[in-house]
Amino acid sequence: MKQKRRVRVMVAKPGLDGHDRGARIIARAYRDAGFEVVYTGLHQTPEEIVEAAIQEDVDMIGLSSLAGAHKYLFLAVVELLREKAADDIVVCGGGIIPDDDIKRLKESGVKEVFTPGTPLDDIVKWVKHNITPRQD
Amino acid sequence: MNDIVEKVVAGDVRTVARLIRDIDDGMPEVRGILKDLYPHTGKAYVIGITGAPGVGKSTLVDQMVAHLRKRDKTVGVLAVDPTSPFSGGAILGDRVRMQRHSMDQGVFIRSLATRGHFGGLTQSTRSAIDVFDAMGKDYILVETVGVGQDEVDVVRSAHTTVIVVIPGMGDDIQAIKAGILEIGDIFLINKADREGSDKTLSDLRLMIEMDHKKYDRGEWKPPILKIQAVFDKGVAEFIDEIDKHAKYLAETAGGLDFRESKSKVRQELGEMIKARLIEEVIDRLTESGDFDRAVESIINGKIDPYTACENLVLPIVS
Ligand code: B12
Ligand SMILES: Nc1nc2c(ncn2[C@@H]2O[C@H](COP(=O)(O)OP(=O)(O)OP(=O)(O)O)[C@@H](O)[C@H]2O)c(=O)[nH]1
Ligand SMILES: [Mg+2]
Repeated sequence: MKQKRRVRVMVAKPGLDGHDRGARIIARAYRDAGFEVVYTGLHQTPEEIVEAAIQEDVDMIGLSSLAGAHKYLFLAVVELLREKAADDIVVCGGGIIPDDDIKRLKESGVKEVFTPGTPLDDIVKWVKHNITPRQD
Repeated sequence: MNDIVEKVVAGDVRTVARLIRDIDDGMPEVRGILKDLYPHTGKAYVIGITGAPGVGKSTLVDQMVAHLRKRDKTVGVLAVDPTSPFSGGAILGDRVRMQRHSMDQGVFIRSLATRGHFGGLTQSTRSAIDVFDAMGKDYILVETVGVGQDEVDVVRSAHTTVIVVIPGMGDDIQAIKAGILEIGDIFLINKADREGSDKTLSDLRLMIEMDHKKYDRGEWKPPILKIQAVFDKGVAEFIDEIDKHAKYLAETAGGLDFRESKSKVRQELGEMIKARLIEEVIDRLTESGDFDRAVESIINGKIDPYTACENLVLPIVS
């Protein structure tokens, strides 16, 4: 049967931050929207996340951080993807992230950042509008 | 295209990852690539790991990878999780237990969603195994979705099929008996740190002994091991049993290369024909519009579905 491409995404928790409630809720919302969601679990280094994303051929990496290390961790993921010529994989993120940092992150290649209270509907819609499964 | 084959054989991770995606998504271009990869396959040892949800399959696979790496073997892992029948989406969570191997260049882990396929695997698994094989992985570990009793696809592709149970699954073992007992080459009682593993062991032993005539003829007798995957207890011994089974296959049961086994090739070709036929027929009928017209006719009471089906299929196959 000819199947059309499915959207494949990864939800990852970088760093030592143990808050995984948000990441799990996002993973479920993505599944319920019809995406295939690879979940990495807690305590991932940027290197581990990028390697896993390449092996899994995902279209997007969603990073979750509530412990304050987002600037270093998110940007490290973006940088590594570039190094590995895999920057067709979109990076977005969420968690407790101050407005100033959001600006900085977006300037450096994180496509979007969602803060607490964002309705899941909006988060899912954003993927539908911005992520297309790879075409080639 | 040959470029892709070359890169796969050279072990290029991104190429392999993308090719498996193309297979999974049913891209027609992959057929030619798979044909060209076939001569590069037949070297890997394939192990299927199956068992009810939550018995510890992923935890076990993670430990197996660690042991095999200590022996300097390269490993590919295919981990299957179920697709939600409601949304078509899936949470692929097996990887959580294996992420410590993410950075190891000798390990390639890929999560797959069933996408409506029954049998514990995905439509794409067989070909994904071939791709890992061609890229040079020594061992390929396939974790099925938590199976019921008749989901045993993995047997067709695996040299060794491993059935994982946990203590206190009394009734479930009865269920296993009905379907998947016959297909197990090795039985593991995981979570043996919990109460009841001796009871489970004797239950299983009893059922396996019922086939004693087979073993008297020299056929493989499945060993039963108590293990604690999460504490890495019993895993080394389990891998020794896999070695014994491999030796048995090589020396007694007609060799390790499935491509030379008549029964395996028969099954495999049969399955391939089935899948391809359905694909071709449905494609043709939807493209011509005959399929939708037949649906309309059935709804309007002009024809019954049995006749409609015959009218659609017979002209194509005759
Ligand atoms: C629940 C909670 C805990 C639980 C965590 C349980 C768990 N397994 O997740 C427990 C009790 C364990 C805990 C522990 C700690 N916590 Co706490 N915790 C919270 C709390 C109250 C709520 C977090 C939560 O679950 N929210 C619900 C989820 C659904 O929301 P969310 O994660 O923000 O996700 C939403 C968005 O951010 C976004 N999003 C998030 N991730 C992603 C990812 C993607 C891809 C996308 C698209 C969107 C997205 O979408 C979601 C929906 O809108 C917050 C305070 C707060 N109001 O946020 C503090 C808070 C996060 N904790 C805090 C701290 C300091 C700690 C501790 C260090 C100790 C302490 N003082 O309590 C420990 C450390 C734990 C560890 N190992 O890291 C601080 C962090 C301060 C900081 N950023 O510097 C906070 C902000 C409290 C505070 N005001 O001080 N905590
Ligand atoms: N007590 C105990 N728990 C274990 C053991 N092995 C695994 N577990 C736990 O069992 C739970 C399920 O383990 P998984 O490896 O995810 O099980 P699974 O069979 O892959 O699960 P599915 O893929 O969802 O079907 C985890 O919390 C493991 O830590 C063990 O030997 N003893
Ligand atoms: Mg699992």
